Amino acid sequence: MEKIYELQVKNTLLNNEAGSYLEMDKEVICMLRDLFSKKKKKYATIPSEEAKQEVPEGLMTKCPQCKSIMYTKELKKNLSVCDSCGFHHRLTAYDRLDTIFDEGTFEEFDQNIISKDPLDFPSYPEKSQSDREKTGLNEAIVTGKGKIDGYPAVVGVMDARFRMGSMGSVVGEKIVRAIERAIVEDMPFILFAASGGARMQEGVFSLMQMAKTSTALNKLHNAGGLFISIMTHPTTGGVSASFASLGDINLAEPKALIGFAGRRIIEQTIRQELPEDFQTAEFLLKHGQLDRVVERKDMKDTLKTILSIHSPLSEGEVEEQKEPNEQEV
Amino acid sequence: MAEDLPFEKPITELRTKISELKSFTAEKGIDLSGEIEKLESRMEQLEEDIYGNMSPWNRVQIARHNNRPTTLDYIERLFTDFLELHGDRLYGDDEAIVGGIAKYKGQPVTVIGHQRGKGTKENLRRNFGMPHPEGYRKAMRLMKQAEKFNRPIINFIDTKGAYPGIAAEERGQSEAIARNLIEMADLSVPVICIVIGEGGSGGALALGVGDRIYMLENSTYSVISPEGAAALLWKDSGLAQRAAETMKITAPDLRELKLIDGIIPEVRGGAHRNIEQQATYIDETLTNALKELSEIDQSEIVEKRHEKFKNIGPYDYVNGTNGAN
Repeated sequence: MEKIYELQVKNTLLNNEAGSYLEMDKEVICMLRDLFSKKKKKYATIPSEEAKQEVPEGLMTKCPQCKSIMYTKELKKNLSVCDSCGFHHRLTAYDRLDTIFDEGTFEEFDQNIISKDPLDFPSYPEKSQSDREKTGLNEAIVTGKGKIDGYPAVVGVMDARFRMGSMGSVVGEKIVRAIERAIVEDMPFILFAASGGARMQEGVFSLMQMAKTSTALNKLHNAGGLFISIMTHPTTGGVSASFASLGDINLAEPKALIGFAGRRIIEQTIRQELPEDFQTAEFLLKHGQLDRVVERKDMKDTLKTILSIHSPLSEGEVEEQKEPNEQEV
Repeated sequence: MAEDLPFEKPITELRTKISELKSFTAEKGIDLSGEIEKLESRMEQLEEDIYGNMSPWNRVQIARHNNRPTTLDYIERLFTDFLELHGDRLYGDDEAIVGGIAKYKGQPVTVIGHQRGKGTKENLRRNFGMPHPEGYRKAMRLMKQAEKFNRPIINFIDTKGAYPGIAAEERGQSEAIARNLIEMADLSVPVICIVIGEGGSGGALALGVGDRIYMLENSTYSVISPEGAAALLWKDSGLAQRAAETMKITAPDLRELKLIDGIIPEVRGGAHRNIEQQATYIDETLTNALKELSEIDQSEIVEKRHEKFKNIGPYDYVNGTNGAN
């Protein structure tokens, strides 16, 4: 029993709701332990705040869907998909890149761009700074190019840990620059969305990023370039209502939350409860808004298939490109 | 007057007093003209003080005023031969957006706008000016039609936002808005956008990718409503006034940030106080904008629009680095 208690860990990936389950379980287990202990206490104890903080972080992860507890390392090996129920945990931008690109082929673009505070918004610079420190990222998106099973592609991957993955001027700018690289280098563009929407602290500047990114996609479209949009959890608001919905091919990860208006706002407006699967990837597929829902383990293969169908390179040429001594950069 | 807003109370009171004195003069035959004159000049001063120093929240209230002129009010006054066209050819006709063909001083144009209602009944019909996907798709259909026949497009923006509802999500609210953004970027005819009331987030922007973007002096344009921002930021929608100031959503603020091309002045006290007069102010801006844009070569117009939006949004570089990768 002592062991089980020690296994209780705090997982930063879990959202608040799941976090509170964790706390509850901890108390229950604590009580159970006391119940069965030889030296019986008269009442159950609840761990102090201090004790809670001593729990090592990140060793174990609890699945928010099926509640099973697993080694974080094992989970990562499994592309952060729960072994028992198939729940797709959130991925950081760099972890996502690892799941897609051939090893050692990724070259990052524009890593050094950071947000300004155009509205003098209270505590925005501090919040950005603290997210930079917490995530090691300079903004909510990582862009670059690399190879997927030998096929070159420009990619953008959003990271929901940075300001909820919200789109401010830097996210817009990095996406536009990546699209322009895709046009110039004649490569397909792939974007993994993970975003709560527009970044409030940049006001109308952030709203206009919807137009800015869509305008750049229009250029790519006119140049005959391929755009694959992949919506991951969550893809909502201004991101869902701009580039994320504009793929030549729109894909999504299972169960990802995708939608324009927030669930709570809809509930308040129409005053009725929403179906459980509302605004999930499966819901969108059913209503004709997506081409496919693709499990993470199949994503690289699916992308490879799409890329090969659109690629001017023959399979032999692609094989050649895979050679490690090939100088393409 | 019933249409007066709380911040206008001193003006209302003084106006009542003047009219009382006037009727007293008429009834009793006592000459109070000196007194009235004094009050009228004080009134002038008071109006200047109040309307000349409006807070963002005052402007929000005017932008939301029940009697604020709507798209159809302006269409009626600015265009001739307006023929409304309906439907998106896919699902239905959304009355929260109106659009059609018309002439502007003899020139064929396409004109589109969000349409609020002015009373409960009309508001229900118009869904309070909050469109569903079919509204945006109708607008896009009309814009494509304008492009085919080489007509300039004039869009009036006036919505709290795209409608948050189940059916809207099912039919692809996101996609409908996104599609308008990418397609508008590519229209080979001039597009002029005028925010006449509330410019609410993506639902407003879906008609807003233009070569020129203007705002009426007391209109607003924002990424989220002040109430929504206050609820998210400070967990208290009652702090909407503060949010309205922080978010920089008024025409003067957005002009200063160079996010819009110009401000169209309003009748003192707001557009609702004299619609005819207000229409002439819009007329002036519209005439100039159309003239300017007609001088741009058609092949350049898309390129310039792309450039315009590409340049929106300030950013910095990490210390000691620059644009080089």
